[in-house]
Amino acid sequence: MIHSLPGNFPFVAAVVLLGIGLYILIFRRNLIKIVMGIAILGSSINLFLITLGYRIDGDAPIYTEVPSELMVLPVVQALTLTNIVIGVATSALILSLVIRIYRHTGTLDSVKSRRMKG
Amino acid sequence: MSTLIAHSSILIIAVTLATAFLTPLVGIASKRARNTLIVLALAFVAFLVVALARDVMLNQIHVYTLGAAAPDLTIPGGAIVPVRIILEVDGLSAFMGIVIAIVSLVAVIYSMSALKTETGQNGFYTLLLLMAAGMFGMVFTGDLFNLFVFLEITSISGAALIAFRTKFADSQEGGFKYIVVSAVASLMILFAIGLLYSQYNLLNIGALAATMEYTMLDRIALVILMSAFVMKLGGVPLHMWLSDTYSVAPASIPALLIVASQASLYALLRTSFTLYGVTLDQSVAGWIIIIVGLLSMFVGVTMAILQTDITRLIAYNCVCESGFMLVGLGVGLAVLADPGALDAFGTMAMNGAVFHMINHALFEGLLFLVAGAIFYRIGTRDLNQMCGLGHTMKLTSVLFLLGALASAGIPPFNGFASKILIYESVYQFNPILTMIGILVSILTLAVFMKVFFSAFTGASLPRYRDVREVPRPMVAAMIVLAAGIIFFGLFPGLVLDWIVQPATDALVNQGAYIDAIMGAVP
Amino acid sequence: MSKIVRTVANQLILFVVIFGLYVIIQGHVTPGGGFQGGAIIASGAVLLIVASGSQEIKTWLRERRLSVVESSGALLFILLAFAGIGTVFFFNFLVGSRLFGGIPSVGPNPGDVWTGGVIPLMNLGVGLKVMAGLSAVVLALALFSGGEELEE
Repeated sequence: MIHSLPGNFPFVAAVVLLGIGLYILIFRRNLIKIVMGIAILGSSINLFLITLGYRIDGDAPIYTEVPSELMVLPVVQALTLTNIVIGVATSALILSLVIRIYRHTGTLDSVKSRRMKG
Repeated sequence: MSTLIAHSSILIIAVTLATAFLTPLVGIASKRARNTLIVLALAFVAFLVVALARDVMLNQIHVYTLGAAAPDLTIPGGAIVPVRIILEVDGLSAFMGIVIAIVSLVAVIYSMSALKTETGQNGFYTLLLLMAAGMFGMVFTGDLFNLFVFLEITSISGAALIAFRTKFADSQEGGFKYIVVSAVASLMILFAIGLLYSQYNLLNIGALAATMEYTMLDRIALVILMSAFVMKLGGVPLHMWLSDTYSVAPASIPALLIVASQASLYALLRTSFTLYGVTLDQSVAGWIIIIVGLLSMFVGVTMAILQTDITRLIAYNCVCESGFMLVGLGVGLAVLADPGALDAFGTMAMNGAVFHMINHALFEGLLFLVAGAIFYRIGTRDLNQMCGLGHTMKLTSVLFLLGALASAGIPPFNGFASKILIYESVYQFNPILTMIGILVSILTLAVFMKVFFSAFTGASLPRYRDVREVPRPMVAAMIVLAAGIIFFGLFPGLVLDWIVQPATDALVNQGAYIDAIMGAVP
Repeated sequence: MSKIVRTVANQLILFVVIFGLYVIIQGHVTPGGGFQGGAIIASGAVLLIVASGSQEIKTWLRERRLSVVESSGALLFILLAFAGIGTVFFFNFLVGSRLFGGIPSVGPNPGDVWTGGVIPLMNLGVGLKVMAGLSAVVLALALFSGGEELEE
């Protein structure tokens, strides 16, 4: 298990990022930080997907002027790109909601700005 | 006609999407033209859904390969696994399609007059149609990653719709909660998809199910998928967001959000029955779903008793009702490997649960629309400020009573028809489950009677003296749902034979789903 | 910002737009595509907003115009997909025709732009949508933070 660790570093990094993202989501009260937590969570998934398709010494999977035919897997890159696009839309929507919440309540603290209980 | 049916699964999604993007363009020119366009497009979609469902339930599973030389060319020459995005419509998908088509059409008609005075209507209808398209996509797709994309379309447009009334602080908060929950759930789903893809190099559900080896990673992926979908549908340990979001959305949107939850329930069923299916350790997974369902029933009804806000109360009732579906389906899953038990009561339990899905969409949708109608006239959702509304809003109060009785499972309404199936079959599995279910139903009745007597009966308050009945399109939308409730309650056998039984058969028959995709393999 | 910054930004925007269009049109043979090119053009909108301030930009970059461009881009995409419905939805019916009709050779090739059938056109549709959509998002956020609302 230990000998394969260097090759698995990206997976470890993805899991660490996943942990950081979940930690922020659960324990942080600032709304902007929650948005950042979601973005970190998204990045960790992206890193995980990209790492799945990586081959050592592989080139980018584009045939135009390619030096060799050893390439990394393109499918997971397509998945990652889709996730990035969705992430942009999510962040934009969520940030506009945070701005509105701030304008209505005057605070970014999720406990103080909370209107609904029970 | 046969060409239309052959292409109908993609047309349903594409027509809804195209209308969504046409809406702002037409809306600039004329409001009336825009409204007509939306209603006509959704009516056409509903017609296609019915035609497709009829074809699927009479003949065979409907497969559509996007961009291939022929719709059923799932595996092109030279390949051994399916390529391209494949839509696959079986009985369960068609059933869900019917639910989505009915509720979105009703929601649009209701919104036409409920939102007449609000600004930003072009955006509202675009989002509403996008959400409908996302839900159609979720239930029709045969591809895991595509499922993720459509889930995101549904949840982003849903969050924007919840926060549509920007002048209220609590609707912004509701939209924020919905999008945070959805984003986390769908990212975890993508993580699980990555785990599956890393082992099998496949994204197609049928092909994955055919090669599934049930390794440790698959189990982890199953746990992640199940918890994410339970989170999206509002099952109990993860239900906190549901009441905050349903209660603050514009009146017609909770009805759609319920259907979105059910699309997540569909995804949960697809993963547990079709994707993992016979390789799954059924009784464990089944019992987990049963326990989640029991908790949902219990917590939902107890929290509903405490509420003073009418929409929050209905939202907790939604949690409670989805518990019934989960219990029925969990029992079905737990005995899936045992043909004797499946014949004796398993199929019946799943029939009841699937039947309850459409009933749930109808009566909870009606209750939310009635709550929206009250808010439209008196501008508050607080039960303590409502009194004697039945004197002036006679039809609305009758419709509320109808929805409430159906929800509590009183004959002759549709809630009774599905709940009795669940009670009878679950009793043979474990009698305690049925007792809890009946107890919860009685409590539900008590909750709604409290609302009915405090809001609709009693002396009519002076300040509500000139409250009138809501405009006609809103009444029409509510009556459509009410007619469904009565029809499904009076003729449950008909509905069971036509749409529910094929859906359950599709759920149990994993092999047919795989064969429809992989059939071309020699 | 100072007059120098504004002048430079106004000149630079041309190059940003050209580069964005290049990325969109070449999307099917090189890295890039509709979303990437559209995002590049939208970054030009960010440049203008930073240089001239959201107040001045909103006098001509209106939300309604952006919304029209965005919807047209999405409709272009869907209509191209519909056009293939003679065989199958999304069918690439332009392959072999005069417009982007070439078929790229399998394996390393120099990257001929006139290939790909409907894919470059779909990239264009996506590019229009992303350009307008992201510009609207950026403009809306800039106006929001100044305490304003978008005009309806």
